[in-house]
Amino acid sequence: MPGLLQLTLRDSNLIMPEVMLSFFGLGILMTDFLLGPREKKWNALTALLGVGFSGVTLWELRPLALQHDQRFNDAIVIDPFFIFFGFVFLAATAIVILISVRYLDVEDEHHGEYYALMLFATVGMMFLACGNDLVTLFIALETMAISFYVLSGFLRRDRRSNEAAVKYVLLGAFSSGILAYGFSLLYGMSGSTNLNAIAESLGQRPPGDLLVVIAILTVSVGVLFKVAAVPFHQWAPDVYEGAPTPISAYVSVASSAASFALLLRLFLGAFWPVRADWAPLITAVAVLSLTLGNLAALKQNNIKRMLAYSSIGHVGYILLGLVAGNKLGLQAMAFYIFVYAFFQAGAFAIVVVLRKKGVIGDEIEDLNGLIFRNPGAAVLMLIFLLSLAGIPPTAGFIGKLLIFWALVETGHYTLAVVAVLYILPAVYYYFRFVAAMFSREATDQRPPIISFGQWVALAAIVLVTLVAGIYPEPFLRLATYSILTPFGL
Amino acid sequence: MLFSDSHILSTILFTPLVGAILMLFIPRTNANAHRLMGNLFGLLGLAVSLPLLWRFKFGAPDFQFQQRLDWIPSINAHYFLGIDGISFLMVMLTTVLGAIAILSSWSAIHKREKEYYILLLLLQTGMLGVFMSLDFVLFYVFWEVMLVPMYFLIGVWGSERRLYAAIKFFLYTLAGSVVMLLAILMIYFKVNTFDIREILMSPHAMFARDLQNWLFWGFFFAFAIKVPMFPFHTWLPDAHTEAPTAGSVILAGVLLKMGTYGFLRFSVPMFPDATMKFRWIMITLSLIGIIYGALVCMMQKDMKKLIAYSSVSHMGFCTLGIFALTPLGLSGSIIQQVNHGISTGALFLIVGVLYERRHTRLISEFGGLATPMPNFAAVYLIVTLSSLGMPLLNGFIGEFTILRGAFEVRWQWAAWGVIGVVLGAAYLLWLYQRVMFGNVTNPANEQLPDLNWREWTTIGTLILFAFWIGIYPKPLFDVLDKPVQQIVMRYDPSYYAPRNATLPLLDAAPAMASAPAAATPAPPETK
Repeated sequence: MPGLLQLTLRDSNLIMPEVMLSFFGLGILMTDFLLGPREKKWNALTALLGVGFSGVTLWELRPLALQHDQRFNDAIVIDPFFIFFGFVFLAATAIVILISVRYLDVEDEHHGEYYALMLFATVGMMFLACGNDLVTLFIALETMAISFYVLSGFLRRDRRSNEAAVKYVLLGAFSSGILAYGFSLLYGMSGSTNLNAIAESLGQRPPGDLLVVIAILTVSVGVLFKVAAVPFHQWAPDVYEGAPTPISAYVSVASSAASFALLLRLFLGAFWPVRADWAPLITAVAVLSLTLGNLAALKQNNIKRMLAYSSIGHVGYILLGLVAGNKLGLQAMAFYIFVYAFFQAGAFAIVVVLRKKGVIGDEIEDLNGLIFRNPGAAVLMLIFLLSLAGIPPTAGFIGKLLIFWALVETGHYTLAVVAVLYILPAVYYYFRFVAAMFSREATDQRPPIISFGQWVALAAIVLVTLVAGIYPEPFLRLATYSILTPFGL
Repeated sequence: MLFSDSHILSTILFTPLVGAILMLFIPRTNANAHRLMGNLFGLLGLAVSLPLLWRFKFGAPDFQFQQRLDWIPSINAHYFLGIDGISFLMVMLTTVLGAIAILSSWSAIHKREKEYYILLLLLQTGMLGVFMSLDFVLFYVFWEVMLVPMYFLIGVWGSERRLYAAIKFFLYTLAGSVVMLLAILMIYFKVNTFDIREILMSPHAMFARDLQNWLFWGFFFAFAIKVPMFPFHTWLPDAHTEAPTAGSVILAGVLLKMGTYGFLRFSVPMFPDATMKFRWIMITLSLIGIIYGALVCMMQKDMKKLIAYSSVSHMGFCTLGIFALTPLGLSGSIIQQVNHGISTGALFLIVGVLYERRHTRLISEFGGLATPMPNFAAVYLIVTLSSLGMPLLNGFIGEFTILRGAFEVRWQWAAWGVIGVVLGAAYLLWLYQRVMFGNVTNPANEQLPDLNWREWTTIGTLILFAFWIGIYPKPLFDVLDKPVQQIVMRYDPSYYAPRNATLPLLDAAPAMASAPAAATPAPPETK
């Protein structure tokens, strides 16, 4: 009987990836009591296992994804889009776990909760990517966000970390409130929380309907806050700078990818019929993000702040894919989000490596002469920065190429010119850091130590960055796969 | 297999890269091993390019040694290499100058040898790729890739203002390139292919007039900045002056040619209507560049800066020849590009010789060097004469042919160009006079050692080339004959009709008999 919640045991297979993560997260909380202070790092292994099991179960869902399976009363949908984003989140989580262990050692803040919270955040992200219902999406978003609030304040003794957490909570709660208001409007208009039903009812309303515009506006505020797009970006630099560096990486990579998943679900699913109402808004936000992100980054001497502002610029580029709105544009977005997760995390990973007792390692001077102290780290950082700047033969170049291509294909010539020209300030500010690494004398002679886990993470990242730059074919196929879902296109 | 027709270009392209990768595994403390490896792969890169000399078929209508593999099927990009006469000359210029630049660094570079030689080799691969690519995406990748090693060569091994010069070089050239990327995507959008050969070979113009105008300007900035044409030249004096000697040699010798090569390969043949429409702008900028560059040279106190500005002037001749759009102008322009690589490369090596001995480039620091360094004086004189266009040396062939090509269209163009030639002689000879003649006024110069064998080898090789091109340039004209003809046919198909009687050029200059004979080909049916 439709309308009633019908659950079978088989349905639970569909949420197995999330179940696995929750299971291991809870397990960490319990085993944490049994571990002595020197054994805490084993929690990281448990967390990695959880990610691994989640990945395996996610892989098993592929056949169902091709049927575009909707279950739990249509509250979740299993499609290639979900599988794709799921793997992005899991990869990002694994990378962040690998670079965290030594960092927490140095900070002397080894607690099981850290890894548990990371897994819970991942659960939230996974549901964001597969949710097909306003309530599911909202709860998923909050699960993720609340985990991040705690994680960014994890360095209890560090004032910057506390400040970051408070700022994040206050602004985050505010934006969630606005988002909830938008959701309520959507529900009011369509009488349903299901995205498909909302799309249908929005399509029947006259174009330019004020209520629709207000609903989309409020929802956009919430979502754009999460991806840190201008003008809702103010939290990002402070949180990135203050949070523990692995968590900064996690926020900028996974949280932003998850929020993009939500944004795409909403805009390509529910809001697609009223595209004309929101296209100018997204265009404006994209151009503003490009402008402010790239120009503000010019002045930053703190690596994490620079990466924060530059990530705002990258959000601008990704949003341009949505502005183009054709198949290529969506492919470009998927590709960009995927590879960006890697090299952005890589840049943060190098900052993590620079952290040692007594040195925070996030100022430009801390990079001075890195080539003499640890040539491997310097070359890796160079590759990540080149990729961020969009210089071939790196993944970042292919990502930008696809975005520009989509813009040209849809006739957005002015936007395309603006977008390519912002590469110039980007190269300037990234290369200030490159110059510090390669041309300046080392101010601190101690070589940074890179742990085994960090090497594994860095190797995986650089592999993806270079392979996706030199032979991007498999990654492009992946991007094509991810948008197989029949959105409004 | 390695040297079969379809693999030889890949072999040439990747030999330096292999060297660079191998050098990663040599410990950085062993500087001599890096020097040896760098030189070995520099020479090897030259050696593997030599088979082209006898395997390249003159006058073939198509690109040769083609290799075409799928690269990124999703976006229809291919790994597609091939060369015609123009790119053949550029490839050879690159491998020769590359080997010379590497050899010239032996005693000039005393820090961080490992990275230095790795970067030089990477740069070599990047530049070769630009000249060989027949796929737009591949071309663009190489075009940008080579910026990074050059940035480091200037930024790490340069002189005082190196970081400023390096980022200025990077941003200037990148600014042009990114706009070109959009133009490339626009081309794909219109013709659905990145295949350069396909677009070039199509019998009719592929793009509508309006679109041609946009595309022309889209490509223009990338190439004009690289050449550099006035007023986009401001990065050049900084980059050339601050770069280490080898970097300057490569910059002047090869990098600038990428700009003119771009005009010849893309702008001129692909957008004929737009080229005709904007030709007067191009010619005007070229003439301004020729004269302005020469005038600025007169005022320089720094030898390297002087030679840098002389590049602006000399490259102005190259663009003048290109946009004259006559066979003589075009082939003269390409030969002048080779000449400029040889002469200006040699001039930078000469400055390098002095800089290594005195660690200054100020003209006022020198004077009367002919006394302590007689061999150097002779060599330097030959290089100066070659650069200023003395008959029997290479510069004369290039400039003379260009001016005649321009004269065919408008005598005024040639007249303005001649002023540049005269000024060129003035500033180069004046520089020579101030540095070499007179009494040794500065006691530091009294005991300067003369050229050593390495300097003899590097500069001597270039001088041999200068004489060869000056005395017997026919092979060069033969190589260029066909590609130039293909370009001219797009503008004036009647040019090659059997009307030799109306072309009095053949009799005009007996000394140049070989040149016009080659550049003014026989009727097409014999091809």
